[in-house]
Amino acid sequence: MLDATRVREDFPILATGSDGRRLIYLDNAATTQKPRRVIDAVRQYYESSNANVHRGAYALAVRATELYEAARERVAGFVGAWGPESVVFTRGTTEAINLVATSWGRAHVRAGDSVVVTAMDHHSNLIPWQLLCREREATLRMVGVTPEGAIDQDDLRSALARGPRLVAFPFVSNALGTINPAAELVRMAHEVGAAVLIDGAQAAPHLPVDLQALDCDFFAFSGHKMLGPMGSGGLVAKPALLDAMPPYQGGGEMIAQVWDDRATWNRIPHKFEAGTPNVAAAVGLMAAMDYLDGLGRGAVAAHESALARGAIDRLGELDGVRVFGPRGDRSGVVSFVFGGIHPHDLATIVDQDGVCIRAGHHCAQPLMRRLGVPATARASFYVYNDVSDIDVLIGALRKAAALFRVSV
Amino acid sequence: MSGALAELYQQLIIEHSRSPRNQRAVAGANRTAEGINPLCGDQITLQLRVEGDRVADVGFEGSGCAISKASASLMTGAVLGKTLAEADALFEQFHQMVTSRADAPVSDAALGKLAALAGVRAFPARVKCASLAWHTLHAALAGGGAVSTESATE
Ligand SMILES: Cc1ncc(COP(=O)(O)O)c(C=O)c1O
Repeated sequence: MLDATRVREDFPILATGSDGRRLIYLDNAATTQKPRRVIDAVRQYYESSNANVHRGAYALAVRATELYEAARERVAGFVGAWGPESVVFTRGTTEAINLVATSWGRAHVRAGDSVVVTAMDHHSNLIPWQLLCREREATLRMVGVTPEGAIDQDDLRSALARGPRLVAFPFVSNALGTINPAAELVRMAHEVGAAVLIDGAQAAPHLPVDLQALDCDFFAFSGHKMLGPMGSGGLVAKPALLDAMPPYQGGGEMIAQVWDDRATWNRIPHKFEAGTPNVAAAVGLMAAMDYLDGLGRGAVAAHESALARGAIDRLGELDGVRVFGPRGDRSGVVSFVFGGIHPHDLATIVDQDGVCIRAGHHCAQPLMRRLGVPATARASFYVYNDVSDIDVLIGALRKAAALFRVSV
Repeated sequence: MSGALAELYQQLIIEHSRSPRNQRAVAGANRTAEGINPLCGDQITLQLRVEGDRVADVGFEGSGCAISKASASLMTGAVLGKTLAEADALFEQFHQMVTSRADAPVSDAALGKLAALAGVRAFPARVKCASLAWHTLHAALAGGGAVSTESATE
């Protein structure tokens, strides 16, 4: 396990307050806190390197551009991409998926075609495909989830038999903690000629990722879920696909030459980065990746998964807890319901002990419907959490039970 | 437990959330509306039977947190038998109460048991849970349909 006490010292927001209390932040699947190193990188960028990129002839603009492109290269290395040209910076996962659904989707999906998603997809990997399929009169096929929280392989096979244009799935589920067998799913989809988009929002922060080995076509991720700034993230795609895709948004930066009535496009990845990008966010993201590599990504994954298993064991001590998702190998996300107390009430009550957990549908309403619950409570762990956080959570849940006079 | 939390989850609220009044379909309903809180998934279907200008019967179904259930329970109890104008006035008073500052005085005389929900004012994230039933009532009396705490619905 990581030494979380030591790690916490790097995170200003997690410092112990004057009242001797500290924040027990267990909503890491939503967004993570930022280490001083990331905050400093953003500040230093604005203090010493800020200029618009790819435009100025002066030294400051050159420095800003170099930093921005260094961040791109860092991302490519971090996820094992095909090269820096395969990394398009976006605001995050949502924008990356919308880019693919709009640009690639409109070029490839026609009436009568099908697109496959799973019942454990986040709304951001569902709605863009709903919009596309409606517009194109294509069929959106949602593959089911087994009671253990895995993608239903039989149902997937039947969906693949139809020869879909694209298969989209989450590497790691934000609502169940399931780690999907991504390489195998990619292989199955490619066998029937489908392109594959992996929603990596919950994978990039938590697991070593090697896209060349996975061989997926598109990979979307969010920097803010991996210690980086809000507004950082990207689409990573095979260069040949990006090259053949029409632009997503039009504007400055993405063009080569412009005439009154037409234009030609910049080379990739710039073709997909219209307008002034969030350079500071990219620079902060680079610092976040350095920080994570410093901890060791295998160690990060092991730490989270140990905490998740520990939390599941401790929750099991309480009567009336139902934990969702797989029992064995899983990420640091633990979704549960408890004692008939609505998750919102739980979240409000444990907040009084400084514990931040998420309550709701986790942007996965189709999944909630299948689980037969309107909402779950969710604790999600990261590098600065440890077993003492689980103790506080369990204690706070006992208080909630007492308030609602539920026996545990 | 903090004072604010005890105030929010006071006896009356817990009791109404565990055994809600009027949680049922209404025979011969002639007004209905559905309310949802898309942020958390709370959902309520409200039915009323209006006779003349009076609420002859009212009931709700759906799922939600303790606050939204207790509020629906208290709301149905409060408007049952009232004239439409009285129900509307209660809606206004309730709305004013839950959106006032946490330390503003609450008129027990006008609100009766509904005043128990004043505790949500210390929890801005929960105000919508308390007001969902009331917005749904407002929609049902205004002609029905669907309301959402986040306004736009399809
Ligand atoms: C699995 C998954 N996909 C997509 C998203 C959307 O990410 P973002 O809001 O950063 O675009 C999230 C985060 O909420 C997520 O957990």
